[in-house]
Amino acid sequence: MSQGRLQPVPQQPDLLTVDSLRVSFGRATDEKAVVRSISFSLRPGRCLAIVGESGSGKSVTARALIGLAGRYANVHARQLSFDGTSLMGLSDRAWRRIRGNEIGFVLQDALVSLDPLRRIGKEIGEGLLLHGAVSSRKELAQRVIALLKLVGVPDPETKAKQLPHQLSGGQRQRALIASALALDPRILIADEPTTALDVTAQAHVLSLLEETKTRGKALILISHDLAVVSRVADEILVMREGEVVERGNAGQIFKDPEHPYTKQLLDAVPSGRPRGSRLSPSAIVRVPARQTQPEVQSPPKSRPILLEATSLVKRFKGPDGTLRTAVDGVSFELRSGETLGIVGESGSGKSTMARMVLALEEPDEGAVQFAGRPWTALAERERRARRRSLSTIYQDPLGSFDPRWTVGRIISDSLSSDVETRRKRQERVIELLDLVGLSQALLDRRPLELSGGQRQRVAIARAIAPNPAVIVCDEPVSALDVSIQAQVLDLLGYLKDRVGLSYLFISHDLSVVRHISDRVIVMRRGRIVDSGATEEIFRNPESEYTKSLIAAVPRLVRDHQIGRSATILEEGIA
Amino acid sequence: MMGSDAVKIAAHHPIVWFARRIFSGVVVVWAAATFAFLIQCVLPGDRAQIIINATSGNVGVASSAELAAINAKYGFDQPLAVQYGKYILRILHGDFGESYQQHRPVAGIIAEQIGPTIILAVTALLFAWIIAVLTTLFIAGRDNMWAKLLNDTQVFFATAPPYWLATILLVVFAVKLRIFPVIGGSSPAGLILPTLALALELSGFFGQVVQNEFTRVLEQPFVTSARARGMSDFGVRLRHVLRHAALPGISLSGWALGKLLSGAILIEVVFARQGLGGVLVAATSSRDVPIVSGAVLVSAGLFVLVSLIVDLTYRVVDPRIRLT
Repeated sequence: MSQGRLQPVPQQPDLLTVDSLRVSFGRATDEKAVVRSISFSLRPGRCLAIVGESGSGKSVTARALIGLAGRYANVHARQLSFDGTSLMGLSDRAWRRIRGNEIGFVLQDALVSLDPLRRIGKEIGEGLLLHGAVSSRKELAQRVIALLKLVGVPDPETKAKQLPHQLSGGQRQRALIASALALDPRILIADEPTTALDVTAQAHVLSLLEETKTRGKALILISHDLAVVSRVADEILVMREGEVVERGNAGQIFKDPEHPYTKQLLDAVPSGRPRGSRLSPSAIVRVPARQTQPEVQSPPKSRPILLEATSLVKRFKGPDGTLRTAVDGVSFELRSGETLGIVGESGSGKSTMARMVLALEEPDEGAVQFAGRPWTALAERERRARRRSLSTIYQDPLGSFDPRWTVGRIISDSLSSDVETRRKRQERVIELLDLVGLSQALLDRRPLELSGGQRQRVAIARAIAPNPAVIVCDEPVSALDVSIQAQVLDLLGYLKDRVGLSYLFISHDLSVVRHISDRVIVMRRGRIVDSGATEEIFRNPESEYTKSLIAAVPRLVRDHQIGRSATILEEGIA
Repeated sequence: MMGSDAVKIAAHHPIVWFARRIFSGVVVVWAAATFAFLIQCVLPGDRAQIIINATSGNVGVASSAELAAINAKYGFDQPLAVQYGKYILRILHGDFGESYQQHRPVAGIIAEQIGPTIILAVTALLFAWIIAVLTTLFIAGRDNMWAKLLNDTQVFFATAPPYWLATILLVVFAVKLRIFPVIGGSSPAGLILPTLALALELSGFFGQVVQNEFTRVLEQPFVTSARARGMSDFGVRLRHVLRHAALPGISLSGWALGKLLSGAILIEVVFARQGLGGVLVAATSSRDVPIVSGAVLVSAGLFVLVSLIVDLTYRVVDPRIRLT
């Protein structure tokens, strides 16, 4: 910490100085502090990353810096100044001169952060018009095109005339960054700028941010993901519950974290740990460590095949009446006790395939066999009795729960009707809660009264309640914070051995899939482009596509000099 | 592949979309015409007897010779299919039949009277929109006394019956304050009170719908983005939020205009205005069936036209919608 201050004397003065910033909501009696005393300073050409999980106060901090913490927020600071002038008690008019002009702000998920009814060009040009930076329509159009070129959006003339939903996720995010860079602000604040993106798009946006920094802009990067931050950040603040628990120079924090919470965050990043090893500290989950590691390597060929898909094809009619092939001749098998990971970016057809495996969608061609018998080819009536052997866990458990049901009822509802008496059902529910590491005190809670991690555990308990053979996990940890993601992944690994399960594990997150799977399938545009044992695929990918995906995965850059070379081809995203 | 692309383009061409809409509009009007025809046939009482009563103005039993003459004149003695065919043919030529009472073509009567009614309904729709948008722009998402007061006023207007409002307005502004004429005639000043009487209810209703959406959209990330570019609160409301918030209101406008047209009929009676209202009320009570069914046809046509306009407007406001 002290080393950070002893670095070479700054040639340039601080652009932004924040001393003891405190943000709270509500009035005197029920005032709740969301940010407690945070201090930092920022110089041109440097990047400060604020890292923390949801509820840590990182986004509120960012918004307070441009005076948009909200109507009900109370913002106090010993000093909050930009380029030598204080930002405290600024009039609305004065704030508006700073916003966009001196400090640019980029939010997460451009699909909702760009006005969905306005054309990209108009949205980017808005800042220029507001601050009177252009004198004619022609100049405005030229500036907009130049900005789109600057952020590397291909075919800027066409894109400027399109609506946000017509662009790919990565292009959209870059357009949003272009709108924040329009007036060439001296500071750019990016709040979770890559969270909603696929790995390749994520890599593009990170390079763009890095470039911006190289052009001498000061950057504040806010993220829950240490791996994302590690590529760009010079200095890092780790926040937890409104407080800074650790701060320092990036290389130092990654190499030698001091605070247990930072260590916990670093350990929770799957790409940073050996495959199959535990990600979460044992104090949080009551999951015993797996004694036998290399069992995964044993030839799984000897095990019986549980699920077998042959040449699955599914086409959908688009809104314009043309057929789009979502899944195009996909075959795979899942053996007993195995985890098969399915990776692909959004639109690759992985979720459609999951729906066919669950027989929620009928394949146009091909079929799925379950436990050696026909499955998709049957009528629903014949399938119903066997549905219990095939469970699911979804990305958003909240959406799959009836909000008025209690946890006890949710789990009990999925129990087999063989468990007859009320008492036995109750006992079984408690047993299941125990198995997923939840206390029975939660029995009478409703979904909205649970934390994100607790909800996903309840979803898992519900999934294993009918004693299934296979669980289809569709992005089960994508909506969770890293430390909770780590707990859930550990729990899934534990249950697999304990209960004897097989998983079909679908995710866009390569690190997560690599961590949990025995074998992996890589999907692109409805087809399998790579498949094989996990380590083989990741060490030695066959297709160019898989190679580019793996290269794009943000890694923890523990040595701060490596890892800046990841350049990805533009054709990766269509 | 080329072929399917061509089909795709063809299916999306605005002219194709327009042709489809016109076709389905014609179907709707035809269905309304058929419905009006069937109603005439199943109506209780002999049609010839009704005509004689309507013409003479007194209720009595006509002789069989008189009835036969009427039946022959109007073609009631022919098979139903023939009657239906002739009816549709006449409509295609713009002939909606002749009023039993006034002995004049129905088309002419409606054409004379519909103008003031449409003007009343359309101005009321505009008023309702203006009031709703202005109040929403200033009160949505704000937490002060004015916002609460205006919001309550909206709810009050939305629930108050328009003819009651009409009477109140009449007493206060025309009788007591003498600002506006009691009987408007067709002067612009005379239009204001009836328009308000119709518009206030709808403005309260629109206001609540638009305000709901407005408050939701105010919290969206793209609004924060716009503020972060340095846009003022009012700018954000006007340039970004209003457009989104107006969408549900626009969808409701087609329905609202239908409601306004029928509401206008009552209001016309209260304000003794010229318009379709008086004619329809008289025609219904004297069972002047051609006028009533003519009005049904015209309103079906108007409804088709209005929903076409509403769809086009929606498309202009929300460019994400493709013509399908």
